[in-house]
Amino acid sequence: MPNIAVHAPKISQLLMGNEAIARGALEAGVGVATAYPGNPSSEIIETLANVAKERNLYVEWSINEKVALEVAAGAALANVRALCAMKQNGLNVALDFLANLNLTGVPSGLVLVICDDPSGISSTNEQDSRHVAKALNLPLLEPATSQEAKDMTRWAFELSEEIANVCILRSVTRISHARGKVVLGELPNVERNVHFDISRKPYASIGGKAPELHQTLHQNLTRIMEIYESSPFNGYTGPEDPELLIITCGSGWLYSLEAVRILSAESSVGILKLGTTWPLPRKLIEKYMLQTGKILVVEEVDAFLEGNLKELTADMKQGRTWTFYGKASGHIPSFGEMNPDIVINAVAQVLDLKYASRKPEYHQKSQEMAQNYVPPRGSQFCAGCPHRTTFWAIKNALIMDGRECVLTGDIGCYAMATGSTGFFQIRTVHAMGSGAGIASGLGKLHPFGFKQPVLTVCGDSTFFHAAIPALINGVHSQSQFILILLDNGGTAMTGFQPHPGNNMNAMGEPAPILDVESLCHGLGVKVIVTDPHDINGTTEKVLELLNNDGNPSVLISRRECALISAKREKPLYKVLVNPDRCIGESCGCDRFCTRVFRCPGLIWDREARKASIDEAVCSGCGVCAEICPHHAIFRESNG
Amino acid sequence: MNHEWKDPLNLIITGVGGQGNILISKLIGEAMLEEGYWVTIGETYGATQRGGSVASHVRISKSIQPGPIIPEAKADIILGLEPVESLRMLCLYGNPKTSVITNIRPIHPMAVATGEAEYPPLDTIKQGIRGLSHEAWYLDASKIAIELGAPLLANMVMAGALIGSGRIPLKEENFQHQLKMAFREEKLSLNLRAFAFGVSAIKKQVTH
Repeated sequence: MPNIAVHAPKISQLLMGNEAIARGALEAGVGVATAYPGNPSSEIIETLANVAKERNLYVEWSINEKVALEVAAGAALANVRALCAMKQNGLNVALDFLANLNLTGVPSGLVLVICDDPSGISSTNEQDSRHVAKALNLPLLEPATSQEAKDMTRWAFELSEEIANVCILRSVTRISHARGKVVLGELPNVERNVHFDISRKPYASIGGKAPELHQTLHQNLTRIMEIYESSPFNGYTGPEDPELLIITCGSGWLYSLEAVRILSAESSVGILKLGTTWPLPRKLIEKYMLQTGKILVVEEVDAFLEGNLKELTADMKQGRTWTFYGKASGHIPSFGEMNPDIVINAVAQVLDLKYASRKPEYHQKSQEMAQNYVPPRGSQFCAGCPHRTTFWAIKNALIMDGRECVLTGDIGCYAMATGSTGFFQIRTVHAMGSGAGIASGLGKLHPFGFKQPVLTVCGDSTFFHAAIPALINGVHSQSQFILILLDNGGTAMTGFQPHPGNNMNAMGEPAPILDVESLCHGLGVKVIVTDPHDINGTTEKVLELLNNDGNPSVLISRRECALISAKREKPLYKVLVNPDRCIGESCGCDRFCTRVFRCPGLIWDREARKASIDEAVCSGCGVCAEICPHHAIFRESNG
Repeated sequence: MNHEWKDPLNLIITGVGGQGNILISKLIGEAMLEEGYWVTIGETYGATQRGGSVASHVRISKSIQPGPIIPEAKADIILGLEPVESLRMLCLYGNPKTSVITNIRPIHPMAVATGEAEYPPLDTIKQGIRGLSHEAWYLDASKIAIELGAPLLANMVMAGALIGSGRIPLKEENFQHQLKMAFREEKLSLNLRAFAFGVSAIKKQVTH
């Protein structure tokens, strides 16, 4: 496996885009790196945290993205180069600070890496972050390969210092999570003069300074544009007068090259690849646009580049017109992830070329096979997952309560409880902590005749990230809701990064634990703790809180993520099905364990027409032995 | 191995989250990089720890840097750690020249475990693979791995099968070298044995 901090310039390593970004930061002499975990960005900080001691860095999993950017800015304000990484949703959290930081700037390099998730593979949305660079007048870079991810990150620190402001690097899933060849550069010996200059004017835009500072931003962009004109990250391949010019950026570049190769259209299609996408290098673009009349724009997700190119052409005084193909024309879908086939089909359509990826008979046969013999493999809670038992207990309690209780939620593995794995219990999922905020709102509707009790769930990491302000809001507004804190001991969905409730920081050093119970007590909130695998006990506790009128209350449903426990200790039980007691469909339970409870450790054996245990999957938690109405599932202690 | 290799050579390594296909795709990628190839690996991430399908697109070339996604119907080799996942990838990325090497041990998706969907019989899967591929090998890699004492080693058995098949320009010793760099002594010998079992298992087989 590659050592990201190796002192070996010129050697090649196979690096994931996120590892390459981390290496680029090391080559730039980064001192501080921060983030809140979120796919597809998490590996950047993980990689840097692993070499923090070796490279003398401070690396932090911050409580949320706004604080992460503030911590990084703190370093840059004291002359330490800093990097902050986040996913597209996280940018929204950090935006309030960023939209003011751009006005004051920072004296030392500050690079903001935003990893977008086209198609929302591990996200709730597929927001395109690039609009923020334009809105805030900040320079934007888009790497197209792992090599560029490294080289651009290093360069981004220089650009940042050139204008004493933030530089944004935008990646996407297929850059961040793809591995490619990277030729390493030098690692510097950094000598730091860490000092906050209190003799200069304050970093502040109050007192009517905003317009003047805004103007400086525009002047900065003009300088950046000049630099971008000769950037090696922009380049053209193709004939002198192409019939069609593809203008592309980021992941679109390699797809475009492949599409042209597959269609053997090298003699008629040129590709202008841009790594610097805001501000656009106007002269460079104009030069290549003047050689053609047809332009196809290939980019993920929104028509950001496409719109900006059209804006540019409105100002060109060459008397030439162009036909634009892309998202606006419908040649490229304006949603979802990009792939090479989309580009192949768009180019073929524009140039009127015939293309079929395979013969119709083969295609039909493959479709039939896929439809008839390839069952779907959806996501679900893992075997032994404490979320499954929490939601089972919630479901039971809400049925017993019978008042059409509303359960809101937010982002985390537990968001899957909108579906069958969590018994369809969650009614809303939006942003981190939003379930609690919405609950705080619903909990104030009783004077309007609203009679449904309100509950919300959030994870332990999410609680620290964004739910605490909503809970405080609920306390002060005397809103009526129950917050069920699903405390599984880490930021599970993104790979178990530590948070303030853990005893360790990103760099593996001991850290003080923030005690959630004390915190809630401090807010004057009633707190009960439960073990979700005690289903009856948990159900009773939910019912008890449902019968409590008045202020918000908190139920901490605490059990470690089964994936973490499995790494440390052997299973608690050996779980077995007694085939004589399991009477299958004649039981009247309607295959309760497999059809309803749906732990992946349980299998419906079609031939025997009985339940059985998949030993390779079962985590040995033994809960199913308690839920089987006929006591056919039993457990033996593993000692 | 003196014949001309297709360029780029497109390999899909597929399986279910937790089977370790990402690890073997990395090891193969690193070995090919050392041989002087351009290598790009595209990985599907997301809910990989929660029993979903996971596929790595491993693409190698002498002359160009390939993109992270193999275009439709352009897979040359599909290495499957799970039979339905092999078929799933073949249906999407296969063509009449595709080679398939698959483990025959099923991992039932949730919909099958609950009785809502059916898992096709192995013979049906084999028939489907045969009809959509140029050649195919079927191995009980999980059985070999369990006999070695660790079901998770099925990925190394399959890596051995891939290299033993001679369908990628990678020598056994180059992959073994990667294993030696990746594993400490106590785990290395077991992984090397699993790899060797995979190599010999596929050499004993004729394709179907």
